[in-house]
Amino acid sequence: MSERTSKLSINATPAGADVTADEADPRTGGQHATVPAQRANRRRRPPLSENKRAERKLGWLLCAPAALVMVAVTGYPILYSVWLSLQRFDLRFPDEREFVGLENYITVLTNEFWWTAFGVTMLITVVTVAVELVLGMGLALVMHRTLVGRGIVRTAALIPYGIVTVVAAFSWRYAWTPGTGYLANLFSDGAPLTERASSLAIIMLAEIWKTTPFMALLLMAGLALVPEDLLKAASTDGATGWQRFTKVMLPVMKPAILVALLFRTLDAFRVFDNIYVLTSGANETSSVSMIAYNNLIRGLNLGIGSTMSVLIFITVAIIAFIFVKLFGTAAPGSDDGERR
Amino acid sequence: MADIVLDKVSKKFPDGTTAVRDVDLEIADGEFVILVGPSGCGKSTTLNMIAGLEDISSGELRIGGERVNDKAPRDRDIAMVFQSYALYPNMTVRENMAFPLRLAKLDRATIDQKVDQAAKVLELTSLLDRKPANLSGGQRQRVAMGRAIVRQPKAFLMDEPLSNLDAKLRVQMRTVVSRLQKQLGTTTVYVTHDQTEAMTLGDRVVIMRGGAIQQVGPPQELYDHPNNLFVAGFIGSPSMNFLPATVEEGTLRTSLGEVPIGDRIRRELEGADASRELILGIRPEHFEDAELIDEETRSRGIVFEAPVDIVESMGSDKYVYFTIEGERATAAELEELAADAGANELAGGSNLVTRLSAESAVAEGQTHRVWFNLEKIHLFNPADGRNLTLHEGRAAGMG
Repeated sequence: MSERTSKLSINATPAGADVTADEADPRTGGQHATVPAQRANRRRRPPLSENKRAERKLGWLLCAPAALVMVAVTGYPILYSVWLSLQRFDLRFPDEREFVGLENYITVLTNEFWWTAFGVTMLITVVTVAVELVLGMGLALVMHRTLVGRGIVRTAALIPYGIVTVVAAFSWRYAWTPGTGYLANLFSDGAPLTERASSLAIIMLAEIWKTTPFMALLLMAGLALVPEDLLKAASTDGATGWQRFTKVMLPVMKPAILVALLFRTLDAFRVFDNIYVLTSGANETSSVSMIAYNNLIRGLNLGIGSTMSVLIFITVAIIAFIFVKLFGTAAPGSDDGERR
Repeated sequence: MADIVLDKVSKKFPDGTTAVRDVDLEIADGEFVILVGPSGCGKSTTLNMIAGLEDISSGELRIGGERVNDKAPRDRDIAMVFQSYALYPNMTVRENMAFPLRLAKLDRATIDQKVDQAAKVLELTSLLDRKPANLSGGQRQRVAMGRAIVRQPKAFLMDEPLSNLDAKLRVQMRTVVSRLQKQLGTTTVYVTHDQTEAMTLGDRVVIMRGGAIQQVGPPQELYDHPNNLFVAGFIGSPSMNFLPATVEEGTLRTSLGEVPIGDRIRRELEGADASRELILGIRPEHFEDAELIDEETRSRGIVFEAPVDIVESMGSDKYVYFTIEGERATAAELEELAADAGANELAGGSNLVTRLSAESAVAEGQTHRVWFNLEKIHLFNPADGRNLTLHEGRAAGMG
């Protein structure tokens, strides 16, 4: 974000400078050899009219407040945590604070707890997003095709997403508590939240239950983009229902699917509340956010905690980058023709 | 290749509206049939029922002698062209055209050969690797046609395929469609709301109104012998002039003067419940500048004088609009036609559209003497819209 802004501002000034140089030179009778070059230059960057310049200025003024807020609430904390991550800084031993370079990163990246948490987070991310995509698509199709009581169906489907995650997580925890929980009594005789595999399964179940409606909502917006005529054409062309879905609907919906996947993947990678409430990270069920929290807030180790935060930030950025790269080539609307 | 038979086909929607009512239609093998009518007349619903995209509420649909009411669209072996073209945006032109063949599980070589052949016919060869987004409207339309013809289906169904093109391209594509259909000899059902397209394209034209067929016939027959007021007003551009006429002592009193009526009409009018109020219909080209015709021709018609409102010179001839005193003709059919055209002249009297020779010296603001041909007039019963002069050859005799 900040990178893009700075690039723009750099571009804006030389354009104006070039123009004045171009116009000044011929009048002073500069060398002939340079004239064609200047012409080419001018063609590339036509002078900005008075109107255009005013419009550009207004644009900057209008986005300035938002940009300032962004810098204050995200830019500064990010930079500050990067700064903290380069120091040995434990609030229990404030006197030992010193700049250690990348030492914290080496400590974290060679630590097995970090990699276990990373693996757990990746597992939760991949499994929940995959299951949510399938279920969400099904739900979206149902909501899209529902003829009677459309409003009620949609509202009902969205209820889990409307419940605060912590509240929902507590209801899952009570449900799986041996003796009193209805699900625990139904399915097992042990305590599922005390074993690693079943704990992870329950965490993922809670995640999926909660965010599938969100996925469905995004996918439904994508379904609305598929023209009815296209499906009719496909069925007269000889496509079965499944072929219509895979060969016509999915490709047309692809941009919407990618947006939904991006949002959910980024969201899922930061999973925290469900784990915090359900297991508190016991039995190696911590996510990266959990251990970052444990080090930073509980352990008061600002250096190591910040290092973990920065690593999470970098991972999320990489995920986003991959998705954005996918968008670039895959979106059918991205070729020039569509915008004409 | 197959014939299509609609046997008392009806469509009722769940909310109770009847979109199509007891449509009987036999389309011969290789025939080009146009369904035409104002919006909401049921023509697209009829086409969708033939395609299988809408269920048939009652009646029977047979393609090639086989009942297909309950068959899915993909089992009917028909190809459809849509107004929106409905090209798959993620596929290239080649992939779009190959799509039905790929679904039919043909081998690659055959598919390539068929697509290349169709592309050649439609001059799409150089565009095969483009995506639909990078094509012009006319090119997209041709790709949609191409996708339909590669399969060599039993029938083509076209739902207003030219409506999204600009006027010039539409005329061009009309001849392309017509030539293609003649070449392939495939049964074609074509839906349009444009009567010019209907007149120029089809072997036979089906005129629909309110879910029912009004008249079926070759374009010229519909033009010359319309069954009723609706068909008469719908076919022809500019459309037929309608004037109120009153039967009085063996003649028709109209705002263009007294018109003698023939024996058959007289007999018809002698019936017990016959109306004394009729509607007179005259096509614009059956008028002529009274100065430009000889005595003999003049004796076959009537001359009247009226103030000229507007003159539109088309080069080959002139459209002259006259203002005529008196009431306008009123009938349910005429109101529906006016509503469909979106036109509602607010002039006090009736407006008369005539097509006169280019040599006519008619001038705006002056009165002019105009002749019209008595042999070509139509008389309609305003109550049911029926054409009283049908199948008589001539509408009115000279006394």
